[in-house]
Formats: sequence, C-alpha cells, structure tokens
Amino acid sequence: SIDVQDEGYWTAQLVAVGRSRDRGAFEALFRQYGPRVKAFLMRGGMPEGAAEDVMQDVMVTVWRKAHMFDPQRASVATWLFAIARNRRIDLIRRARRPEPEDLPWGPEPNPEQVDALALQEDSRRLADAVAQLPPKQRDLVERAFYGDLTHTEIADATGLPLGTIKSRIRLAITRLRSAMD
Amino acid sequence: MTVTHPIGDDLLLGYAAGRLPAAMDLMVASAVSLDDDARARLAGFEELGGALVERSRVAPLRDDSFECVMERIQSAPPEETVRWDEKAPSEGAVLPKPLRDAAGGDLDDLRWKSVGMGVRQVVLESGADGTARLLSIPAGQAMPDHGHSGTEVTLVLKGAFIDGDERFARGDIEVADDQTQHMPVADLGEDCICLVVTDAPLKFRQLLPRIAQRFLNI
Ligand SMILES: [Zn+2]
Ligand SMILES: [Zn+2]
Repeated sequence: SIDVQDEGYWTAQLVAVGRSRDRGAFEALFRQYGPRVKAFLMRGGMPEGAAEDVMQDVMVTVWRKAHMFDPQRASVATWLFAIARNRRIDLIRRARRPEPEDLPWGPEPNPEQVDALALQEDSRRLADAVAQLPPKQRDLVERAFYGDLTHTEIADATGLPLGTIKSRIRLAITRLRSAMD
Repeated sequence: MTVTHPIGDDLLLGYAAGRLPAAMDLMVASAVSLDDDARARLAGFEELGGALVERSRVAPLRDDSFECVMERIQSAPPEETVRWDEKAPSEGAVLPKPLRDAAGGDLDDLRWKSVGMGVRQVVLESGADGTARLLSIPAGQAMPDHGHSGTEVTLVLKGAFIDGDERFARGDIEVADDQTQHMPVADLGEDCICLVVTDAPLKFRQLLPRIAQRFLNI
C-alpha cells in the first residue's frame, strides 16, 4: 500500500515522470493531487467546470515540465501549487506574471541528496503542522493565506515552523552564491 | 547584497498566494531578485501554500478526467524546447530581470518622459488596481511633499534617497500609506532610480505638485 504521508514517495513519482515519462507514476500523482488542485482553484472562486478544465491543464503542464522539477528547491505539493497558481493568474491577466530573477541553478541538477532530503523533511513537518492545527487555527492560516484576513502574522498566530524552511532555503541560496564566485 | 529596509512578509505572502495586482507582482519579483533573504522567506510561504493544498479538502473529479488529460497530452503540439535562463543574467545590469522584461531592456533602452522638476518616469504597468513606474530623480532633488490615498511602495534600483532620518539604497523598500506624509530627497552623488508602485491616486498637498500630479498621473 502507498503511504501518502511519505513525501519521498511523491518525489520519486514526479522524478520518474520527468526521467522516463512513467505513465503509472503520472496517474498516481494525478489521483493524489488532481482533486487538491481543483479544490484550490475553487477556493479562489473558480466555478466547478472551469476548475476541472484548468486542473486538467495544470496536469498536462506537470507531465511536460516534470523534468524541470528539482527536489532540492521545492516539495512536490509546492511545485504543483505554484503551477496551478500561475496558471490561474495567467488566465485572468492573459499575460505571464513577473517572476523573480532565476538563481543560476544550472541545467545539470546538482545531486546534493542530503539537501533535498532535508528540505523534504522540513516540508513534511510543515505539512504535518498544518494538518494537526486545531480547525479554528487552521482556518485562520488558510484565510490569511488566501487574503481574507489582513496583516495576520501566520507564524505568530500558529507557531508553524516556517523559520526552519526559511533557513534551509537560505542555506541553499548561500551555497549557490558562493559556488558562483 | 545586504538590504537595510527589506520587503515585508505581507507582500511576500500575497505574492505567494497569487492575490496581488499585476503592478505589485512586478514590485515583489523585483525586490526578491535583489534580496536573498526575501527570496528564502518567499520560498517558505510557497511551501506553506503547498502544505495547505496538500492537506486541503478535495474536489471530486469528472469520471473521465484522467483520460481527458492523457488525450490533451497526446494531441498537444510537440513540447517546446527547454530554454535555460541566460547565465549570470544580471551581470552589469541595473534593472533586475523582471523589470528588464517589463521595460524591454536595461536603463539605456528606456524611453524616459520628463514630468517636471528634472524628474523623469517610465510607466511600466497601469491598471485599475495599480500602477508601476520607474522614476529617475536628480541627485539632491526633493520629491514634492505629498500624502497618499492608498499604498505606495518604492524600491531603490540605483543611487539612494533620504526620507526623514533614514537612507534607502539599492534593494531597499519604503512603504507609505494614507498615514504617511513625506518628502523623500534623492541623495547627493548620483541620480536616484526607483520602481514605484501605487494602488490609488496620491493626494498632493500644494497647487504646484497637484499640477505635477496630472503629469505624473500618480
Ligand atoms: Zn526602515
Ligand atoms: Zn510617497
């Protein structure tokens, strides 16, 4: 049986899609994340029919861009979330939204397994912390994220371990910068 | 590089969630390009977005959803070749990449329009919910004393400005709102070039600046 809690499992599926166009791995990802991506789109106010259509679009993009997924930089859920979010914005604006200048991560992925695993672990802890929040607080975080609340400091309100994630990413960026010199 | 007045978490969170106006997206993407700490904070908020999606309620899919996706994959035109970002894209550039994309080049390629008092501007993005413009203010020149009816976010790209007893240099952000009445002055030495994003028309105080307002269109 599949342990859906295991971030490593989903990472392996997405990497398999990127490396070898593994259809079984893609279907597993689709069954797991399709309904969540659709729910995210509907949470942002999209009607069901449009959300289904855009979700399908997002999954096509996942298939096409899977080879660009880098587990050192983001968890599977975060990568998917970013694609869905950008797709939604692009549809509203009919223009690509501006992205920060890319860091010089080269075309050769740097097999820093340890970093990737550590980031996965931190992401997992964050996801667990979100899942374990009492419903009221969880709702607060969601509303802050989706902008229903203004000026809410998520970390202060809930104690979510965003700081760990931040320092992990900070470290990766610093290493990358120094590798450039 | 070290940023003294970094971009706030509220803007990073809004950008991560995808709910900022287009002009403000340009501000955040530019500021993050100049500030690695902000980049890390943004990535943290994006992970939070992933965590929320991962543990969210699910929406049932259509019965033939997966088959439709596979059909779309098979019938779609061949995959575009992957283009890797130019190496060391910012080497020597003043504008970070999101601004170069919006402006169609770096400083030398801009078509400045004079707005009086030696101040020049290029409007990059203008919509009902916000305006993004580059401003060039001559060294030593003060901006007119003004209040704000909405939010005004300024990112320094070149040179520096002084506001009260604080100095803002490349990568620094100043946020002004309807509580703020201020008169930023470009620091001596070189012209100050900033990205300014506003989400509502400014209220200028005096007659002369009110005329300037019409030209500035802020
Ligand atoms: Zn300050
Ligand atoms: Zn102002």
